[in-house]
Amino acid sequence: MASTATVAAPHAPAVAHYEPTGLWSWITTVDHKRIGILYGVTAFLWFLVAGVEALMIRVQLFVPNNHFVTAETYNSLFTMHALTMIFGALMPLTAAFFNFIVPLQIGARDVAFPRLNALSYWLFLFGSLFLNFGWVLKAAPDSGWFAYAPITTLPYSPGMHMDFYVLGLQVLGLSSIIASLNFIITIINLRAPGMRLMRMPIFTWMTLITSVLIVTAMAVFTIAVTELMFDRLFGTNFYNTVSAGADPLLWQHLFWMFGHPEVYILIIPIMGMISEVLPTFSRKPLFGYNVMVFSGVLIGWLGWGVWSHHMFATGMGPIADSFFSLSTMLIAIPTGIKIFNWLGTLYGGSIRFTTAMLFAVAFIAMFTIGGISGVMHASAPSDLQQSDTYFIVAHIHYVFFGGTVLGLWAALYYWYPKVFGRLLDEKLGQFHFWSTFVGMNLTFFPMHFVGMFGMPRRTWTYGPEQGFTAYNQAETVGAFIIALGTLVFAINLFTAWKRGRIAGPNPWGAATLEWSIPSPPPAYNFREIPVVHSRMPLWEDDPTKEAGIPHGRVEEETEQVTIAGTQVAAVRDVHDENKMSAHDLGIHLPPPSFWPIVLAAGISAIFIGLIFRQVPATSAWHNAWYLMFAGIATTVVSIYAWAFEPGH
Amino acid sequence: MSAHAASPAHIDTSTGLDSRKMAFWTFIGSECLLFGSLIATYMAYKGRSINPPYPHDVVINGKAFHGILNIPLTSFSTFILLMSSVAMVFALWNVQRGNKPWDAFWLFMTALGGSIFLGCQVFEFTHFYHEGLTLRSNLFGSTFYVLTGFHGAHVTVGIIYLITLGVMALRGRIGPERTLNVEIAGLYWHFVDVIWIVIFPLVYLIR
Amino acid sequence: MTSETREIVHDQHAHPGWRFYGVIGVILLVFTALEIVGYIGETKGWYSGGAAAAIILVLSAAKFFSVVAYYMHLKFDNKLFTGIFVFPAVLGCLVIGGMILLFHVVHGEATQLHGEMELRPQMDAAATQTPVGAPAAH
Repeated sequence: MASTATVAAPHAPAVAHYEPTGLWSWITTVDHKRIGILYGVTAFLWFLVAGVEALMIRVQLFVPNNHFVTAETYNSLFTMHALTMIFGALMPLTAAFFNFIVPLQIGARDVAFPRLNALSYWLFLFGSLFLNFGWVLKAAPDSGWFAYAPITTLPYSPGMHMDFYVLGLQVLGLSSIIASLNFIITIINLRAPGMRLMRMPIFTWMTLITSVLIVTAMAVFTIAVTELMFDRLFGTNFYNTVSAGADPLLWQHLFWMFGHPEVYILIIPIMGMISEVLPTFSRKPLFGYNVMVFSGVLIGWLGWGVWSHHMFATGMGPIADSFFSLSTMLIAIPTGIKIFNWLGTLYGGSIRFTTAMLFAVAFIAMFTIGGISGVMHASAPSDLQQSDTYFIVAHIHYVFFGGTVLGLWAALYYWYPKVFGRLLDEKLGQFHFWSTFVGMNLTFFPMHFVGMFGMPRRTWTYGPEQGFTAYNQAETVGAFIIALGTLVFAINLFTAWKRGRIAGPNPWGAATLEWSIPSPPPAYNFREIPVVHSRMPLWEDDPTKEAGIPHGRVEEETEQVTIAGTQVAAVRDVHDENKMSAHDLGIHLPPPSFWPIVLAAGISAIFIGLIFRQVPATSAWHNAWYLMFAGIATTVVSIYAWAFEPGH
Repeated sequence: MSAHAASPAHIDTSTGLDSRKMAFWTFIGSECLLFGSLIATYMAYKGRSINPPYPHDVVINGKAFHGILNIPLTSFSTFILLMSSVAMVFALWNVQRGNKPWDAFWLFMTALGGSIFLGCQVFEFTHFYHEGLTLRSNLFGSTFYVLTGFHGAHVTVGIIYLITLGVMALRGRIGPERTLNVEIAGLYWHFVDVIWIVIFPLVYLIR
Repeated sequence: MTSETREIVHDQHAHPGWRFYGVIGVILLVFTALEIVGYIGETKGWYSGGAAAAIILVLSAAKFFSVVAYYMHLKFDNKLFTGIFVFPAVLGCLVIGGMILLFHVVHGEATQLHGEMELRPQMDAAATQTPVGAPAAH
């Protein structure tokens, strides 16, 4: 199926009847597609939760001296907004695409280690639930997502607030490391015949780079957090500046060594997604593929050498400041290359402004704004003015919302039909796009100004005489416009799943392998593993790809593919073949397993138990720390059961 | 860690290399950063403790402090750990050739070496505790216990791993066709050894 | 990539015999002994602490490479494995080296502050009465 101009019958979604359904089948699944959907649904729910937290922050800041929430709650709100967005929504949303799309793009039947994949999802689920459990006990983390020690050590942050941070993020970090390990091996080792590294779709490339960053950076974070955990739980002195003479910069160094690569972990996959969407809707191959790959590698590599630009305000001295200023500015070069290559892809293409494309184009513009303000505070003297003001908030939101979120929505509109076999509604999509686009600029652009006027970030409220009011009110209005768009989006996602237009295998006329199989793909993905001869296997001898002819279009009722009214190909009915199970076709798929969820529960229980060690005997939770031993026992048992499980 | 020989991954891979082994090397790469950060912490705080016990003999304000580290004991345990690595190589060598009793013998010898090392560490920790060095006492206590303790935890996991393999070998479940299981265990064990090769001079030998 | 599909079988023949591994083991032991001699030399004042550190580090680097290259088979195995190991190892060394440099060598205002704290035990008893961690006066 390497090259096909024929398109499958769009009568009905390619529902895989033979697949087991029901809750148990989802709990025990090791299918990368189902795990991808689980990741996506969970992460989208966390996105909504974190969005509500953001709205509460905006309501609080709507008028000066507001008392909508208390200062303590406000601290928890901005901390949990960041943590939930980063670790609960954005990273897992990219992971959802890694899971669902990457094996399809490289022509594989599954990831290299299907059960590990399931394990990383369950760890993510339990970890994110655990992290948010702090809200239930009125002890959500409240010291910022960067958790600067020594503020986060026991004397300055008593109670369980930061315990949820140190223990919850351990679980989430473990989940990310395991997932990324899996993707690295999958991409290196499970490519279809003929798919050389330089023939891989760019999204797969960016996934590889991201995974390498996660595997390395998360390890540093694990240690930073472990040391903080030991400080809080066992009284070690890593960040004890008072009686042991510890250096407050140690945490900052270790945290930002992870924290800066983390920024790239959140943006590099998006760059890959955009690089898939733009060529498809421009009907042109990606401009400068090789350079795109190398600049991606370069961004990942340089991302490791810039961590201290988050610490200019700590006074590291002129040598360190100069070095990190320069290295940070260097990153603008590969990033700029990417932006120009995206423009080059658009140039001269026959562009179709679908919702996915609108989001992708908006991504380029918004991400560039975020990049430019990034270069502004790459300069140490400039950064000293901007540090801890709303200017930084504006910058990160242009990168994370204007970059990551817009890119993720582009990817969702683009790949949703592959995942569920139905198209998202374009009218609702247009509404979603414009409200998000207008809303985000209204929300985040004024932050540049209030930041420059000196409004500090993470501050509960402000005075009426400070001149911030009008800006903040505009921002709050903008936030609610985004919320409206997101609501419409959520409705779109749900209704399209039930009633959307049938997509067919390749509704966009895209070029990569995932579009050569039915939507949704059968459990075994590819009936025969394709042989790849080029970067764009589906455009190889695609008559629709002739110069001057617009892309092909599948007529819903006519069983034919037409270009400008001329039939170019008959529709092949793949529905029958779809009903065949992997077993019928003689394809070996790993059997389902419940050990991943058990192991994940065991590992999580160890950390959950640790949090309750100091709860007073009067509390209902005071015996919960015994959970730790149950967790250790479960972990050991399930590792052995896992290792000796037949069929894997 | 696992015996999924039937994983679709390893039947035919793009690079011709086994996925599990590659995953293990990637894991080791991640561990490099893990231990690297711990070592970084130790090095950043080296010599910055403001109260005793100190690791090495030191004179502060004309007052002599006795160094707490027991170099002869740790040198002995270091020798043992290195020897266990040699035993591990022999174990793999015998597994590859299907030398029946010897594969299990050398696996258990490796585990024994690890256990002796661990025993020395337990002795060392309790001794230090009685000398007044705790997790809480000073920067040296915190960084030392967490760094070497983390390594000790890895050794412990390794011992359990090796004993499991040894029992499997005794029961005839590890033959030349399952070499990879032992090879991966070997990679783990040698990596734990390599980490000690770095920790030993940095913590014990260099003042 | 080459299609070395017979990697595992191929391993057995390419690898040296157990005697070779034994020799590596002896070398490891001898180097460790030399490291300890380096330590003893320093305590006895045969040479400076810096020289001792250099000797010990060179020896342990040699041990590191022999274990990784021979015991972990990187010398005989596919170069991809070497790459997978060397990349994070080098990355770790660079980043951590950079961090140590920032801590101990390139002093800024903040690190100077803590540099003074490091010297605190050497100061006279009166100075230690100021609470540690309070900003040192400039």
